[in-house]
Amino acid sequence: MTEATLEKLKILAAAAKYDVSCSSSGTVRRNDGKGVGNTVGGIGICHSFAADGRCIALLKVMLTNYCKYDCAYCINRRSNDIPRATLSVSEVVDITMEFYRRNYIEGLFLSSGVVRNPDYTMERLARIAKDLREVHRFNGYIHLKSIPGASRELVILAGRYADRMSVNVEIPREESLKYLAPEKDHKSIYEPMGYIRQGALQCQEDRKTMRHVPRFVPAGQSTQMIVGASADTDRDILLTSSALYGMPTMRRVYYSGYVAVNSYDSRLPALKQPPLVRENRLYQADWLMRFYKFRADEIADESNPNLDLEVDPKLGWALRHPEAFPVDINRAPYEMILRVPGIGVRSAALIINARRFRHLCSSHLSKIGVAMKRAKYFITCGELTTASIADSSPEYVRSILVAKKHKGESPLQLSFDFGDGQS
Amino acid sequence: MIVYSFDGSFDGMLSSVFDSFLRKERPDMLLAPEGERPLFYDVLHEVVTDGEKASRVWRKVEQKVSRTARSALTAAFLTDNADFPLHALRFISRAVTSDAPVETDFSDPAVLALLKEARRVRGEAHRLLQFIRFQKAVDGTYFSMVEPIFDVLPFAVSHFTDRFSDQPFIIYDRVRDYGYHYDGKDVARIILSSDSYHMSTGRLSDEIAAPDEKLYQQLWRAYVKHIAITERFNPRKQRQDMPVRYWKYLTEMQ
Repeated sequence: MTEATLEKLKILAAAAKYDVSCSSSGTVRRNDGKGVGNTVGGIGICHSFAADGRCIALLKVMLTNYCKYDCAYCINRRSNDIPRATLSVSEVVDITMEFYRRNYIEGLFLSSGVVRNPDYTMERLARIAKDLREVHRFNGYIHLKSIPGASRELVILAGRYADRMSVNVEIPREESLKYLAPEKDHKSIYEPMGYIRQGALQCQEDRKTMRHVPRFVPAGQSTQMIVGASADTDRDILLTSSALYGMPTMRRVYYSGYVAVNSYDSRLPALKQPPLVRENRLYQADWLMRFYKFRADEIADESNPNLDLEVDPKLGWALRHPEAFPVDINRAPYEMILRVPGIGVRSAALIINARRFRHLCSSHLSKIGVAMKRAKYFITCGELTTASIADSSPEYVRSILVAKKHKGESPLQLSFDFGDGQS
Repeated sequence: MIVYSFDGSFDGMLSSVFDSFLRKERPDMLLAPEGERPLFYDVLHEVVTDGEKASRVWRKVEQKVSRTARSALTAAFLTDNADFPLHALRFISRAVTSDAPVETDFSDPAVLALLKEARRVRGEAHRLLQFIRFQKAVDGTYFSMVEPIFDVLPFAVSHFTDRFSDQPFIIYDRVRDYGYHYDGKDVARIILSSDSYHMSTGRLSDEIAAPDEKLYQQLWRAYVKHIAITERFNPRKQRQDMPVRYWKYLTEMQ
């Protein structure tokens, strides 16, 4: 551990920062009493928040930022003239353990540029995870990036030590991927995903008959897509995520607003600002799919392939479907109450419980935490006087709600929730 | 208006429930010692905390209220909201007289208050797990200091003894002036004398810090700085998720 390590850490943290995933959730592992650390599961623990407001739960770092690929959207592409560095296995292990013991982090998120060949790189990642688990008896969280093109044996080996693994889709449509990253194709991405899935399913099967089979990637896998680097529409992105969520073991899809890192490349759009609002809308849509029982093709249908940037996707759906409203708070099923703009998963559950005791009216709803300024156009509870969307028109409701929003907040000040780290 | 005053303790609140049943009245106000007495009132009853009364009420609560709601009740009682004891009294009075469980009646203000205050207190306890920062001392003890708004240290200790079972540590609450010391086997509640440098600043001085402590702090600060994407600078979100009152003891914010 020297000054040189400090310089390397600076370079490799900066190289890893465009990877969004930072969650430490999805698995519970208690300390076995002989080692260090545990994994709490639940909502995970975020230990710090960087100046961009994103959470820091894991030591997110690249083993090396040398890379043999030349993907247009990536800061670490071969043709970029940037400082390069490589951390040694012992340096990564040492920093992880020391940070962990000081309660700075929940664990390690290790990724790497591809040097020499995918197997060489994958083997080094697996070795670090193995060292941490077997030599240092580390029970904290380990998230490993699976290198596209790595062999099945190495992915399976890494999966035995990792809590979560991920392969980034980056670009939803294969044509766009081929255009921006000619050396990659969908096969090289979906193949390692398949290895991880098969490994996890195999392990589940084995554990039914043998108790001591070690767990395999217990927190499942995640992936990420870049938003705004290619011509893909929100519908393309959401249909891809929805297909990915249909796959066993896929827990999270992250969206990363494209930051113009290689502005000289003419294949990329010239963006002054990363598309933060669009990214936020995609996360909202993702939440609708995961917790609100929406389907991807409902959120972005064929006539509206891109999400409305002015209203959130749930309100957008409600405005396109006035026939579904007003919803009777005291009678409607849970699924319909979830669809009301202004009512979240938490308030919906409270409503379902509370209405067994008495007839609910608007004052109860606002105390429960329903955002009545939006919800009032979409519900009925036997006493509201506001004209619901069925009595007026979607255009009218929209104009009121959009006007209200513009008064308070500037679009640059949107806050983002990176999810299962914290909330 | 019926005003009860009590000593502010959980047992005191339970004794107030007992007294209100005995006297067949519903208090409109439950005053802790630091609370301000209203100008006009009909009845002022001073509740004397009585372990016997309290445990009789609690036994009934155990029959009528689920374990989750009971644990929410004890957590929520740590809140600084002066109205909460009255909500707790009303919740218990209703729960013990009702045939069906009432803890899911979220149109009742007392149930909602219970839910809300429990969330606030547990949120603060969770923030301890997030923002406690240890510094390693020469003797191998890891030291940390915090100033939570509620007295939630006891919620956090078991997490750290499980996680760092081979690592002696001290977690100290500066506001309430007590802490926990874990020696690798057992946890003990401690009160440290507050005249040393590390007790007044929360930081270990160079003489008593481990030799490599400074380097790892430097590495961590550099890491936090370089992981941020400058194009997405968003200090408001940062402050929202990491309240400024914690920054004082955060290694990366110094």
